[in-house]
Amino acid sequence: MEQLGTGESVAFWIFAVLGVTAAIGVVAVKNLFRAALLLVFCFFTVAGIYGSLSADFMAVAQVLVYMGAISVLIIFAVMLTRDLRHGNPFNRGWAWALVICAALMGLLVFVFIDTSWPTIEATQVEAVNQVGKDEATTSAIAESIFDKDFGFLLPFEIAAAMILAAVIGAIALVRDK
Amino acid sequence: MEWHLISPELTMAVLALVVILLDLVVEKKHYLPIVSAVGLIVPLVLAIDLWNEGGLAMNDMLAVDKFAIFFKVLILGITAMVIMSSWRYVNDKFEHLRGEFYALILLSALGLMLMAAAREMITIYVSLELSSMSLYALTAFLKDRKSTESGLKYILLGGIASAILLYGMVLVFGFTGTTHLDGIGAALADGGAREPGLLLGVVLIASGFAFKIGAVPFHMWMPDVYEGAPTPVTAYLSVASKAAGFAVILRIFFEAFGEPGWLYDDWSVLWGVLAVVTMSIGNLLAIQQSNIKRLLAYSGVAQVGYILVGLAAANAAGQSGIMFYLAVYSLANLGAFIAVIAISNKIGSDEISDYSGMFKRAPVLALVLGVCLISLTGIPPTAGFMGKLVVFKAAMDEGMLWLVVFGVVNSVIAAFYYFKVMKVMFIGEAKSLVGIPSDSGIRAALVISIFGVLLLGIYPYALTKWADIAAVLLP
Repeated sequence: MEQLGTGESVAFWIFAVLGVTAAIGVVAVKNLFRAALLLVFCFFTVAGIYGSLSADFMAVAQVLVYMGAISVLIIFAVMLTRDLRHGNPFNRGWAWALVICAALMGLLVFVFIDTSWPTIEATQVEAVNQVGKDEATTSAIAESIFDKDFGFLLPFEIAAAMILAAVIGAIALVRDK
Repeated sequence: MEWHLISPELTMAVLALVVILLDLVVEKKHYLPIVSAVGLIVPLVLAIDLWNEGGLAMNDMLAVDKFAIFFKVLILGITAMVIMSSWRYVNDKFEHLRGEFYALILLSALGLMLMAAAREMITIYVSLELSSMSLYALTAFLKDRKSTESGLKYILLGGIASAILLYGMVLVFGFTGTTHLDGIGAALADGGAREPGLLLGVVLIASGFAFKIGAVPFHMWMPDVYEGAPTPVTAYLSVASKAAGFAVILRIFFEAFGEPGWLYDDWSVLWGVLAVVTMSIGNLLAIQQSNIKRLLAYSGVAQVGYILVGLAAANAAGQSGIMFYLAVYSLANLGAFIAVIAISNKIGSDEISDYSGMFKRAPVLALVLGVCLISLTGIPPTAGFMGKLVVFKAAMDEGMLWLVVFGVVNSVIAAFYYFKVMKVMFIGEAKSLVGIPSDSGIRAALVISIFGVLLLGIYPYALTKWADIAAVLLP
């Protein structure tokens, strides 16, 4: 974290705490509609974290796709669901789930603290920060996906085929037999 | 770049699009399975044509090596057999969704082919999702209660498995700074430290793929999905997606995690333990089943356990053994499922008790099912025996006697439930004597599988020589 400036660090921690709180709220709140709104807020804090890490394109995409499109879908789905009396369903095995999740989280925290992650040199950080301040990352991302050596074009195209499969599947499943 | 290197994938994508467009404009939908099955010859021929050519395509993201081509041919063959044998079932059960059914099967096969060839983690993940998305939808195609439930279960659990897999990939990426498998391998070979972050990444990647192939403890989805899904989809799921899953596992673990030595030893033991747990629990649960599709689901879990023995051996013999075993398992399991498709089309039930006296009603189908079950048990002269032999021998070469002992004991336990089905079919009283009709597609597919099972049982060299050549993954 010390590689970020003070402002970025403060922003990161604010968004991180808010994001985790909102995420807990999503599963803990009884009212399904409020849970959906909290989820949207959680998406927003993730966009904020991207922003604090100088990933401006990711932040904008997160706002457009998740807060814009997906949240609308979720809220529509919640409002179109007829039987909302029971609210956010609770699982009878929640105690077990809590134990397992706590153990998993303990493991992850241990791993993150105990691992000496490879870091780049301070001079390179300077250079990266300079690039980040001068221009947006959008063109660099476009470059790495679509450059003339095919960059990451292949996964991009496979994703297109995947969306085609998902659309065909969705239409087939809602159509009459 | 040379486009012919990715010609099998390109033609496969075009074939799927052709089927979708034909479905829009053509009135006579019974051409669709013919177009799909015959069209598969084009990518098949193009793939085989690349056999003697090596290379990397699309910015080194796809490997065009013998290993990938072996799996592509296997996946294309499985897809062709499933399409051939299912046209009547599809006509009966979802007549208005024929175009969508064939298009999704082809798109899913495209994803599996890409999985077998991908050597970059983002490509691997997106290909996996391409095949999974198609299969999620296909599972729910019957639109009855069971099918819908199984589709929902599959997509929820599959989503969680994908998240786990991605988490593992992110940890490995954070550690090595690249998503290319050879780059990861090079980075790990240099820095030899045994960091917990890297180990967790490897374990999470293993978990994600263990879900895909259905290894214990990630097998919970299989019986429900297998039972609820349309039987041709179950047949496809039980062989094709397992084959591609093993292809990816082999490539990731040999190319990216093949060095340093301690990492290699770690994952060898990891898969060895999973192998023992998988075959034991799969067999114990299979014994209790009364539904043939659930029985084949749990037997499939146990078979994954035997295949994992070859992975735990982690040597070239293990690689080629896995490839041979997968081909043999695919033939036998497809044969069994196709016989089940024909029988359940007529009697409308998947309960083993309803198979009573099936030998008197449909002698050929019962014999085929019997031979396939014998091959799955692993008794000579069927190919299943040779498959177990090569895989167990690879483990013996590494001195993993404990693993082989577990494998042999489990094979004996498995004989119990396979023979139970045969006893019901051959000795049981027939409830009626009405014959079971089968069509030309089913007959052709059954001939292929029986011929393959017996030929490879008697003369395994016909395939092992290709598997040996194709087992080229090195750290």
